[in-house]
Amino acid sequence: MNIDQETIRKIAHLARLEFSEAEATAVGNDFNKILSWMDKLNELNTDNVAPLIHMSEEVNVLREDEVKVTISHEEALYNAPKKDSDYFRVPKFLS
Amino acid sequence: MKVYHSFQEIQLDLNTGKVSCKELVSHYLDNIENNKHLNVFVEVYKAEALQQAELIDAKIKSGKAGKLAGMVIGLKDVLCHKGHGLQASSKILDKFISQFNGTAVQRILDEDAIVIGRQSCDEFAMGSSNENSAFGPVLNAADNTRVPGGSSGASAVAVQADLCLASLGSDTGGSVRQPAAFCGTVGLKPSYSRISRYGLISYASSFDCIGILSKNVEDAALLLEIIAGTDEYDSTVSNKPVPAYSQLLKFDGKARIGYLKESVESPGVNGEIKDATKGLISALQKDGHTVEAFEFNLLDYILPAYYILTTAEASSNLGRYDGVKYGYRSTNITDLESMYKKTRSEGFGKEVKKRIMLGTFVLSASYYDAYYTKAQKVRRLIKEQTEKLFEKYDFILMPTTTTTAFKLGEHSNDPLSMYLADLFTVQANLCGIPGISLPYGKDKEGMPIGIQLLSKSFDESRLLAFSQHIFKNLN
Repeated sequence: MNIDQETIRKIAHLARLEFSEAEATAVGNDFNKILSWMDKLNELNTDNVAPLIHMSEEVNVLREDEVKVTISHEEALYNAPKKDSDYFRVPKFLS
Repeated sequence: MKVYHSFQEIQLDLNTGKVSCKELVSHYLDNIENNKHLNVFVEVYKAEALQQAELIDAKIKSGKAGKLAGMVIGLKDVLCHKGHGLQASSKILDKFISQFNGTAVQRILDEDAIVIGRQSCDEFAMGSSNENSAFGPVLNAADNTRVPGGSSGASAVAVQADLCLASLGSDTGGSVRQPAAFCGTVGLKPSYSRISRYGLISYASSFDCIGILSKNVEDAALLLEIIAGTDEYDSTVSNKPVPAYSQLLKFDGKARIGYLKESVESPGVNGEIKDATKGLISALQKDGHTVEAFEFNLLDYILPAYYILTTAEASSNLGRYDGVKYGYRSTNITDLESMYKKTRSEGFGKEVKKRIMLGTFVLSASYYDAYYTKAQKVRRLIKEQTEKLFEKYDFILMPTTTTTAFKLGEHSNDPLSMYLADLFTVQANLCGIPGISLPYGKDKEGMPIGIQLLSKSFDESRLLAFSQHIFKNLN
């Protein structure tokens, strides 16, 4: 596997991250080392193996749907970097 | 004040009035002050811990104290503790204050444990050396030029240097057991889903486990029995009854033990660690247990599968840090997209960004099947082959780590050499089985060596009882 800078830029956008050119080159180099190491899994035949998705043995754990306040409005807003009395505030994104 | 090595000793002295909770807390506060250079605590709750100690001393006098009265505990910076700072040792959660208690934290507080502070870790628990913390590296108390391991490195040093009696950490790929081995403490990772993850900052949700760092097996058993069990805030937590582990520490009979052949033969494992492992193997044989070597032909696939799956889960879990609801937001922004990108790029450290990138890559449409699905299939193979071993053996034995604590900066330039530090610990997380690291001697430079025992899922009772036998009688 050889990852080019174009792919690094695409993945960075998907992850909502930005890298300087030097950082992107370093990430690319690490990627190539790590991915060729990960490619080792291709040595194993897994044709008839189902992917293992859930690790917990519990199935359909349900509880009564009771209305209760677990966290108040003020507590929910407490850690917001920008807020007013009711809402989280973000830069305007509809024009 | 004398140094206590077990909670039992503390309880005895509390009951006979030889010591008070207030004296205990003052003792640990002094030790913390005198060991500031180790860089263990992000925050110390001095006034609060002293006040709590007085309250609990009064409760002890009136006979109303909980099971953990007199236990002073530190929390890894990934566990929600209401009204206290929490930031996974990351800049992106700058100034974050927990609005609730996680289940494990609530349960120790309900039993009158005293929380003395929060401990540094590798950022978002990603690392094996505690060098990836936004608060700078943490030092191993046995040799200040060496790392304590990670990601719960500071939590291990706190127990090693007697800055608290026990710590709660988290173990996604060895983050409790590996630092326990590097610092000479006990480190327990229970079965996946044994302890509720409510209030544990997520890294890789199908691997994450709260774990315990302590000076001995009994204290780990007691803490586990208090924090484990069903919880309406975590739908994945096991509903299996929780045995009274601390009352079941007597191991009767003879065990069948398998040890990983490569771990005592491979040139990749430090010679003194191999010798210590062989020493324990012959001690166990002399003690009448059956011990034999096994080969695990999937060993080389464990780490790649682990890194594909954990980075994938991390990239998804860490999507929530967007500068909107909590934590850091960049001031250098023009619109919504630049807010996300600048906030995340300035807030996350280098290793975290790299893992988010890798995880995003393996989950991206073109590579999803080749990497992510493939790794999930390999995970099943590794789990099934490991379960087969437990048809033959009660316990699996191997060193916890391939080397003793390495020097600060030693693996900084090569991502793969750092990842190999977790070779022996990640199998337990891939399979969801419990594992424990026990201190077992030191190398000639005085650095602790850890031995790891694994058992089948939900067999913590026997794992702890057998660990206790080794710890007390064969060490």
